[in-house]
Amino acid sequence: MRALDLQDVRFKHRGSDHWALDGVSLQVEKGEFVTLLGSNGSGKSTICMLSNGLIPHALPGDLQGKTEIFGFDVKEHSVAEFSTKVGMVFQEPESQLFCMSVEEEVAFGPENLAVPREELRERVEWALELVGMKGYNDRSPFSLSGGQKQRVAIAAALSMRPDMLVLDEPAYALDPVGRVELYQVLRQLKEQHGMTVLLAECDSEEAAKYSDKAALMKDGRVISYGTPREVLKDPERLRSLGIIPPQVSEVSALLKERLEGSNFSFISVDEAERSIKEKFTNRKRGREP
Amino acid sequence: MIPRVPASVDQDKIISVHGLKFVYDGGVQALAGLNLDVRRGDYLAIVGGNGSGKTTLAKNLNGLLRPTSGSVIINGTSTSELTVAELAKVIGYAFQNPDHQLFCSSVVEEVRFGPLNLGYSEAEVAKKTELSIEAMDLSAVKDQPPFSLTLGERRRVSIASVMAMDPQVFILDEPTTGLDARETDDLMDSIDRLNLDGHTVVLITHDMKLVAKHAKRVVVMSEGRIVLDSDPGGVFTDLELLLRSKLVPPPVSQLAHRLSSLGVPREVLSPEELVFHLMSGRGARR
Repeated sequence: MRALDLQDVRFKHRGSDHWALDGVSLQVEKGEFVTLLGSNGSGKSTICMLSNGLIPHALPGDLQGKTEIFGFDVKEHSVAEFSTKVGMVFQEPESQLFCMSVEEEVAFGPENLAVPREELRERVEWALELVGMKGYNDRSPFSLSGGQKQRVAIAAALSMRPDMLVLDEPAYALDPVGRVELYQVLRQLKEQHGMTVLLAECDSEEAAKYSDKAALMKDGRVISYGTPREVLKDPERLRSLGIIPPQVSEVSALLKERLEGSNFSFISVDEAERSIKEKFTNRKRGREP
Repeated sequence: MIPRVPASVDQDKIISVHGLKFVYDGGVQALAGLNLDVRRGDYLAIVGGNGSGKTTLAKNLNGLLRPTSGSVIINGTSTSELTVAELAKVIGYAFQNPDHQLFCSSVVEEVRFGPLNLGYSEAEVAKKTELSIEAMDLSAVKDQPPFSLTLGERRRVSIASVMAMDPQVFILDEPTTGLDARETDDLMDSIDRLNLDGHTVVLITHDMKLVAKHAKRVVVMSEGRIVLDSDPGGVFTDLELLLRSKLVPPPVSQLAHRLSSLGVPREVLSPEELVFHLMSGRGARR
């Protein structure tokens, strides 16, 4: 059983004649960290909203194909049923924070499931600790930095104890350090708690560093799916798809072009450092008598 | 390079900020005594963490907020003596979220609203509207309601509606947030053109790759102060200061640091520059 199993899925919103998803297939295994990459309008957000049942239940339309979440057909189960399986985090944390304190915010979901008080407290503490916000219980969410707000939004999703987190451009409003913190929390959730993470982005920089797999999307379809190394190495192709390539992949492509017989293919700063030092130190040695 | 108008120092300054403090109702101090001079034709990026005071500074420049103490001088006149409308003729400000400033039923209506309210004649309004719509590549959608457009197009509408008021300075608050690679490139092309045409551009952003590629000068803010004012090459060399300011250098600058033993200078800003320095063999000789 997979976390997400989409086969030949088509979807158009009610009243629209445009297929937002047009034959998309995507399999996400449990415990995987998968990044959806594509231009705006390529279908990333539609997949996010499909993966907890917001589509077709809150946003109705014509939905075709196989759409299973943890083995359940999305068409036959409500958003409420998926709420304990899938946690959703949107672009702007402010659009989903509304309580007077961090604790109330994080307790809101499970409270509505009538979780007993003791367990509620445990879940709140657990979720806040996971996102590095322990001790912020009584703070107003609105007094926090952007990065902290987004981590509270994640904690609010985690307190439902989901098996999968779905995040639609979660780093949208964050400063560079907030961005790093967010991705580190997500990676840690995957590694230490087996969380499945599905995330949509336009910039592939973090996908290269943190995801297990990346899916390149175009016109409502996944056109490449594989490890970041497999699908992110060609910066020109990524640009043509409206995806911002990993910056060092451009260094890699330029070196390959200018250095005959070289075969650079790095997408992270660490790899780049290693392979450039190796190549250029060899070169130096070869040249000296 | 931007052609600089040779002039005396004072005439050259379009914005001059002295000891600017700003405290919000409720007591939060967002600006803690800030000094900044912006010269005509500058292409300045203001960077810093969430809550460092970037947007508060911008709103003190266009008069939406007034200094608690200190002064903001625009073209030689203090903002305390100018109305928001008077300031709008000099300082154009495009909001972070374009939907906060769009409200008309078509792109044309939206863009003409500003100059109309500044009291320009019908002919002038029509001309400014048309020029701005063309400059922002919106001719194809000019009769559509702004809300039917993509985020990238709405951003361009918000900049066009600022442009139609003919300001000398454009302050753009996070203009590329939420845009994909193509939309970002298109928008930044338009912004680069504004600067080439002699406009002063102040770009507020979190995107360090964008800063490295486009800005000519970078101001780093932290806790309501300016902690560094430099060219983009210099700004990414002080890793500790950046980190304290919640910033991370772009990957290529990070790589340049690690390759300094091969003679790659730390000021490298682009993949092309980095490869140039590697290939020119300077590295191998060190």
